[in-house]
Amino acid sequence: MQEWANQLCENRQFGSKMTDSKYFTTTKKGEIFELKAELNSDKKEKKKEAVKKVIASMTVGKDVSALFPDVVNCMQTDNLELKKLVYLYLMNYAKSQPDMAIMAVNTFVKDCEDPNPLIRALAVRTMGCIRVDKITEYLCEPLRKCLKDEDPYVRKTAAVCVAKLHDINAQLVEDQGFLDTLKDLISDSNPMVVANAVAALSEIAESHPNSNLLDLNPQSINKLLTALNECTEWGQIFILDCLANYTPRDDRESQSICERVTPRLSHANSAVVLSAVKVLMKFMEMLPKDLDYYGTLLKKLAPPLVTLLSAEPELQYVALRNINLIVQKRPEILKHEMKVFFVKYNDPIYVKLEKLDIMIRLASQANIAQVLAELKEYATEVDVDFVRKAVRAIGRCAIKVEQSAERCVSTLLDLIQTKVNYVVQEAIVVIKDIFRKYPNKYESVIATLCENLDSLDEPEARAAMIWIVGEYAERIDNADELLESFLEGFHDESTQVQLQLLTAIVKLFLKKPTETQELVQQVLSLATQDSDNPDLRDRGYIYWRLLSTDPVAAKEVVLAEKPLISEETDLIEPTLLEELICHIGTLASVYHKPPSAFVEGSRGVQHKRIPIRSGSGESSESQDTGGAPGATEAPAAVIPSQGDLLGDLLNLDLTPPTSTAGAPPGPPMPMGGMDLLGGGLDSLMGDESEPLGGDIGGSPSMGSGFGAPAAVMPSSLNAPVGGGLGDLFDLGGGVGMPMGTFVPPKTLWLPAMKGKGLEIMGTFARRAGVIQMEMTLTNKAMSVMTDFAIQFNRNSFGLAPAGPLQVPTPLSPNQTIDVSLPLNNGGPVMKMEPLNNLQVAVKNNIDVFYFSCQYPISMLFVEDGKMDRQVFLATWKDIPNENEAQFQINDCHLNSDAASNKLQGSNVFTIAKRTVEGQDMLYQSMKLTNGICVLTELRVQTGSPTYTVSLKCRAAEVSQCVFQCYEAALKN
Amino acid sequence: MIGGLFIYNHKGEVLISRVYRDDIGRNAVDAFRVNVIHARQQVRSPVTNIARTSFFHVKRSNIWLAAVTKQNVNAAMVFEFLYKMCDVMTAYFSKISEENIKNNFVLIYELLDEILDFGYPQNSESGALKTFITQQGIKSQHHSKDEQSQITSQVTGQIGWRREGIKYRRNELFLDVLESVNLLMSPQGQVLSAHVSGRVVMKSYLSGMPECKFGMNDKIVIDKQQGKGATSDDSAKSGKQSIAIDDCTFHQCVRLSKFDSERSISFIPPDGDYELMRYRTTKDIILPFRVIPLVREVGRTKLEVKVVIKSNFKASLLAQKIEVRIPTPLNTSGVQVICMKGKAKYKASDNAIVWKIKRMAGMKESQISAEIELLPTNEKKKWTRPPISMNFEVPFAPSGLKVRYLKVFESKLNYSDHDVIKWVRYIGRSGIYETRC
Repeated sequence: MQEWANQLCENRQFGSKMTDSKYFTTTKKGEIFELKAELNSDKKEKKKEAVKKVIASMTVGKDVSALFPDVVNCMQTDNLELKKLVYLYLMNYAKSQPDMAIMAVNTFVKDCEDPNPLIRALAVRTMGCIRVDKITEYLCEPLRKCLKDEDPYVRKTAAVCVAKLHDINAQLVEDQGFLDTLKDLISDSNPMVVANAVAALSEIAESHPNSNLLDLNPQSINKLLTALNECTEWGQIFILDCLANYTPRDDRESQSICERVTPRLSHANSAVVLSAVKVLMKFMEMLPKDLDYYGTLLKKLAPPLVTLLSAEPELQYVALRNINLIVQKRPEILKHEMKVFFVKYNDPIYVKLEKLDIMIRLASQANIAQVLAELKEYATEVDVDFVRKAVRAIGRCAIKVEQSAERCVSTLLDLIQTKVNYVVQEAIVVIKDIFRKYPNKYESVIATLCENLDSLDEPEARAAMIWIVGEYAERIDNADELLESFLEGFHDESTQVQLQLLTAIVKLFLKKPTETQELVQQVLSLATQDSDNPDLRDRGYIYWRLLSTDPVAAKEVVLAEKPLISEETDLIEPTLLEELICHIGTLASVYHKPPSAFVEGSRGVQHKRIPIRSGSGESSESQDTGGAPGATEAPAAVIPSQGDLLGDLLNLDLTPPTSTAGAPPGPPMPMGGMDLLGGGLDSLMGDESEPLGGDIGGSPSMGSGFGAPAAVMPSSLNAPVGGGLGDLFDLGGGVGMPMGTFVPPKTLWLPAMKGKGLEIMGTFARRAGVIQMEMTLTNKAMSVMTDFAIQFNRNSFGLAPAGPLQVPTPLSPNQTIDVSLPLNNGGPVMKMEPLNNLQVAVKNNIDVFYFSCQYPISMLFVEDGKMDRQVFLATWKDIPNENEAQFQINDCHLNSDAASNKLQGSNVFTIAKRTVEGQDMLYQSMKLTNGICVLTELRVQTGSPTYTVSLKCRAAEVSQCVFQCYEAALKN
Repeated sequence: MIGGLFIYNHKGEVLISRVYRDDIGRNAVDAFRVNVIHARQQVRSPVTNIARTSFFHVKRSNIWLAAVTKQNVNAAMVFEFLYKMCDVMTAYFSKISEENIKNNFVLIYELLDEILDFGYPQNSESGALKTFITQQGIKSQHHSKDEQSQITSQVTGQIGWRREGIKYRRNELFLDVLESVNLLMSPQGQVLSAHVSGRVVMKSYLSGMPECKFGMNDKIVIDKQQGKGATSDDSAKSGKQSIAIDDCTFHQCVRLSKFDSERSISFIPPDGDYELMRYRTTKDIILPFRVIPLVREVGRTKLEVKVVIKSNFKASLLAQKIEVRIPTPLNTSGVQVICMKGKAKYKASDNAIVWKIKRMAGMKESQISAEIELLPTNEKKKWTRPPISMNFEVPFAPSGLKVRYLKVFESKLNYSDHDVIKWVRYIGRSGIYETRC
């Protein structure tokens, strides 16, 4: 950084022209001192020069905060340019010098009265950027005046200032009644004021999900639509984004809004177009499909979307990511526009990759010839990622359009002939999928594939090739030799390849038992005895046992008919897709992730949903989505809006573990088999048995271990554990012997009001080393409840149900039952706030319900948490002092031994005890399931009811939770 | 909303850094430099997420502009804003370069303060901005009260792109129809895709607050008029000339609702230069040139290339600045070219033979042939043969678009449509005009 400043310095010496760049040329030595002198100079010009130098230094990252008082002194000036510079400085440093920032208040108040509207606006704009609590209070009065200023320029600036102030001190804004003033501005005569007021209100509303701030009703919507025609391009975006949050009352209102929004599709600003598309895509859902207008609207959407592709590349990228969503939601819109997605030679790579994705989605029998010709062209391009994707796309076309399969296969063979390593590998991976889709059709190419065995160095390609060899072992003469050649470096292979090799050899053995006995022995022992990988070991043992006990059953399981693979892959799960459609144009639609996945804090947690169609004759469809609106309302009300990933919960799809005969198995998702795609769901699908070894081949469950064969294993083994037999066997016992662990009383988790009659009270307990979630379910509704299932959101310690929720159904009205759900900690981990927060979704035949609860962290203290004394000492010293936390527990009347005993029950182990001057010091340790150790020192003053806990832990976040446990355990 | 905006030079040094939101820290400046500017590999996405912070960037020559946010902002808006920011900077100090940015850093900060408030884009029309943000910084203090309120009403007003009280001695209008014709053709001469993206660019020097109405041979409008009972003779004539516009977008001055309902283009124009509309057509495009390639591989070390170009428009018209680029393999060692017309040269740095012809009339044909010597290589991968591309300029609109009228009404001042001097020009240029070989 210094470098260019210096370089400029030289330029200056050579007499370069006097421009602003010279301000970057301050000399290093004593520059602050010099600047100080200049800032206090009497000459206006010199002052201004000095402030410019200060700003230049600030830009390059130098700390010029020491000049604060001197710069602020320059603020009282009638020179607008100088004033702006001082303000810029002030915004940067006010926070670090709060006391001195007060000096500025007077000027702001004065400037807000200035006859020049530009100065009034400047003051109000800057004022909101001074993030100092003490100051904000002084600014309320000037802001109030500016919100009612006669000049629209001041009002539009003041509107944004309310949002700024809200960001600093939300309470203040509410108390001062600024929100109401802001609402009034929506009816302002100036469109820009309206637009900014809308923007500010939308932002404030985002952090108050339950408030009715925006209060959108037909009247206010009408005002917005009027302003839409008149305001700047940016204002139009704010208004359209706000409109998208509105849910029209009926299809007629929906249509009239759509009619007034469609002209925006011709705007030159792509963001206006995309926001308009968002409103239309959302409101279109409400229109009856047989309406003429519905068809007209569909037709109107295509051209503007195509036009977006002639924008600058960055915008094309945003547009393409959005089109990808739109094509999934409504393929009919762009089905005739395939050609515009053809890749241009000079497109940036990110545009190329996205276009390719959309091409595949749009591929159909009508255009397949053209698409294939293009894809073949792309497969010879330079960029490796692009070429791979093109090859993969050819495979996907084959699977999607049956008529084209033959042509695709021959194209792939041509590509294999090029011998370009990554092309060959990619081609083999997709050919495997083609084999699965069209069995007994293209196996003649196997010979060609086998020729390329040696060049495969990527795990996925190797696994695919091995699968092919195993699957068609009877047709490949030297299958045993081929597989044996892989076996030599078994331990160097990746897990994917190892698993596949194991399965392939077992298949081979079952097909040609006589000559391959030795090979199968070898692989089984490699997998079970020499491997550390639990998945591999488990699969190995299961095969071994199967083969040794019942070879016929083994054959049935291993060589079972494989389920068909789906035509469409990488489809976004429907609920997520709906949410993303509501976020068209935004970052969420670019990332294809819900905002909660990348936005911190409370913002973006609200989940947006598409409204449901109200028209008649669509009953079946509205039933499909029927569960959805209920689900949206529920989390908003039941779960306190903390900044957490509610999204994941909503995206989960709960399938009951056993479908009781007679009862419909839950609301079907709009797209039949798609729920298979949601990874991790397999855990819940006890009945969806997939044969062993069938998990390769396009099926997304590849790599998820064996697919829970119901025929072979007791159902309790379907636990979603990542392997490890130990874990599995722990699950058998429901309620173990209580060990005196502290169990908090049950609290109300889901009130019947929110649960459509289902009430859940619950608590957590640790029994015999297993965490139990104990719930009392009460049916307060009038109808019978069945098909219970449970799912957790990702949480801090990866808690997950160790088995399905066993509810002896049906639960008749007014019946209450107690259930206990064993948990393990093999689930996905994500930090929650508070740390011990757990978000739960419970489903029954009526709906899905969401609630959140907090578990005492003592549930996670493991039985072997007792630390060796020496280790304790060393660890205590080792943990930095910043990580130490101290708490007091009042009103506790136990002596130190009793306390120690009580805590022991919760797996808090006392390691040593020391008595100093009538004070008992207990040194205790505990270990969490994820291996975090917590060390404490508990001081008990005899006769005093106050305990002091000093706590040290490498993960300091847990201390608060641990402290709560101490308090709870000691007081009960 | 946008949390901050940074401008870097090609080395990744910050030239401008303006933070709007508290959640963006100084470290964001460095994160982008390290992860994107200094990243070895090619940019894989214009949006980058680093530690839950999203960066949007565009590049102009070797200057990087990055907008930063931690929220779920409208991504399209952020890019549109960045382009707009570039336009505004260009309007103030022409070229966006490191030197210009440093020389104008106070001005840029002033602009950034004005056009982004708390990360919300505000009026960013350079015409309006120039009335109160000036490079001298002095002007702003000498505004009279009237001027001040005129500025604020313009910046916030319904017609933010034009100020009141403009006067010209001569009312003049320049209208350019600029089209770029894009083509992707297979080696066999089959059109794989073709479209025209056109722009109507205007320069208006008109007094007062004129209301303009623009008409062209849009098929929908013409068909509508025919429906109103024009004579069959007329309809046959105009029907032939009308063109089907796939889609069009307009400058914000155009009344979109009126276009939507009546398909008429009416507006109060900005003063000076602006782009009135963009449009796209795909039907009945006149492809001004046809390229016929012939590539023959003679053994492993020699290629023979023959390319014929044919001009396909009225013989009385002249195409200009014709350039054909014929790609050559990376291992080319020598090239001999013979061409009938113009000049051809092998450019080793571009891996291409560049054939230039200054002018060429319609309905003509010309040919180039080249022998390319290759160095023997071990590389397994075949040369991928990039497409042959072409550049040219023709004095007509390849889409067939014709301006039918441009009417000016100014009721308050005493000049009529007839007094306005109007100039119309058509220029067709090549966009991406490629033929595979």
